[in-house]
Amino acid sequence: MQASRWALMLAMALGAAAAQAKDLVLLNVSYDPTRELYADVNRSFAAQWQAAHPGDRLTIRQSNGGSGKQARAVVDGLPADVVTLALAYDIDAIADHGLLAADWQKRLPDNSSPYTSTIVFLVRKGNPKGIRDWPDLVKPGVQVITPNPKTSGGARWNFLAAWGWALKQPGGDEAKARAYVETLYKHVPVLDTGARGATNTFAQRGVGDVLIAWENEALQARQELGADRFEIVVPSLSILAEPPVAVVDKVAAQHGTQEVAEAYLKFLYTPQGQEIAARHYYRPRDAAVAAKHAAAFPQVRTFTIDQVFGGWRKAQARFFADGGVFDQFKPGTP
Amino acid sequence: MRRRILPGFGLSLGYALAYLGLVVLLPLAALAWKASAIGPGQLLHLLAAPRTLAALKLSFGGALLAALADGAIGLLVGWVLVRYRFPGRRLLDALVDLPFALPTAVAGIALTALYAPNGWLGRWLEPHGLKIAYAPAGVLVAMVFVGFPFVVRTLQPVLESLESDVEEAATTLGATRAQTFLRVIAPVLLPTLLTGFALALARAVGEYGSVIFIAGNLPMKSEIAPLLIVQQLEEFDYTGAAALGTAMLLVSLLLLLAVTLLQRWSRRWAEVRA
Repeated sequence: MQASRWALMLAMALGAAAAQAKDLVLLNVSYDPTRELYADVNRSFAAQWQAAHPGDRLTIRQSNGGSGKQARAVVDGLPADVVTLALAYDIDAIADHGLLAADWQKRLPDNSSPYTSTIVFLVRKGNPKGIRDWPDLVKPGVQVITPNPKTSGGARWNFLAAWGWALKQPGGDEAKARAYVETLYKHVPVLDTGARGATNTFAQRGVGDVLIAWENEALQARQELGADRFEIVVPSLSILAEPPVAVVDKVAAQHGTQEVAEAYLKFLYTPQGQEIAARHYYRPRDAAVAAKHAAAFPQVRTFTIDQVFGGWRKAQARFFADGGVFDQFKPGTP
Repeated sequence: MRRRILPGFGLSLGYALAYLGLVVLLPLAALAWKASAIGPGQLLHLLAAPRTLAALKLSFGGALLAALADGAIGLLVGWVLVRYRFPGRRLLDALVDLPFALPTAVAGIALTALYAPNGWLGRWLEPHGLKIAYAPAGVLVAMVFVGFPFVVRTLQPVLESLESDVEEAATTLGATRAQTFLRVIAPVLLPTLLTGFALALARAVGEYGSVIFIAGNLPMKSEIAPLLIVQQLEEFDYTGAAALGTAMLLVSLLLLLAVTLLQRWSRRWAEVRA
């Protein structure tokens, strides 16, 4: 009797020690262009966590792919502790399958989007076709590269940016916006399945006169493929792209990683995290960090998806669902 | 019961059936089961949509054309590799398998780089109005590429067993070259050529990785059926994707059945000749 009580106490003591020093594995499931960003974030966050919790062994794993495809993988059982995707709709889809709370977007500041981006144009050196703003994209003879919004999250931002601009013109209405976007897609000769694919088609294959892209993707492409070959054109009005982040409650609870997962996402909001985001061409939310990098990000007037389209769910159902507005267009047919 | 020469019939048959069931039939059954959840109205809406029909036409039409092209090129290459001795023959022989080994995405990117307007071939073809990359022709090029080794590899053993003395006999009996080819060689080769054709066809119908890079993927023009399936998945419409997949499976099955019948007929034809 006495011996068994001792054994129990010993077991509890060991258990408590084990609870303090843990083996933690965190899987971040993200979208395509964030590879380099999160490689940096993971390094910095792991160092910080390790300093605060000397007993822990933290391993952060990273998975990148098309945003929609990644969301589907999580729904189908990819054990993501956190998701950092291209658009809120993809995380909504995961929430619909009960893996996290439906109000996930209210849990972190700024719509759970620690950094933002916007949609800009990438044109060839010297801007031979004179692309200055959205109307220039539908001039005769201009070819536009943008991926298929049915398969690419980035392409949906492009689509909505174009629609929102047309809507907000003097005398603009839904019919005029639709007509503009429909004409725009007639100027698209290739519909790649993802944002990176479209960048390659434009930059490496030399197809098209203008690439509609994430600002971070355009800045990175210019950086890597040569500033002497491409120019960035900022339109008069664009959309504020908010790539959201969330802890996948169910998976984190199973893994016992809630605490570290939450700390990981909160790290993105710290000055250090914001600095990393800015270095990778994402617009920081933090005013001080933003001011420091002001030169890298040109001033642009933006609208949000909530203001113009009433949120992602509505936009998705109306434009990109089966039989939606995009399905009624005939891309590439002048 | 008749005594078999080697033991293990029961075990090997059981293993073969279990393996086929687990690896082939179970996933197909899961697909059909998932697809069965679709209502008849939704199914008609999905399959009769002009865009779906255009995609199916491109996938199956392209695959048929590609398999035909593979049949012709494969026969020629197989013949050359078996019948002639020349330096570099073994290297050429090894190169045939390359499309098997290459990840299809790599093949797609390589072909696109070649045929794009700024590519090595594209820059010469495009000015003459021959648009291959980002056009339906690109789909065909990728399909020919992935299907080609199947024809060569199925034909080679038969070509090797084809003794040239039969052709010599035909010649001494006064047959012209065309007669020798059509009446002596073709009947023997045809069943195997059809097997290679069927394999190339099946491969081309299911090809996704390499095609999406070169196709341009414009709805109604250069969009293949597997891409439509991916798009259904992207909308979390698993049922629609499974239905479309099952439809492709059925058409493929019918095509392969037709090839098998053709093969049986051609074998009989060869026996009558012999």
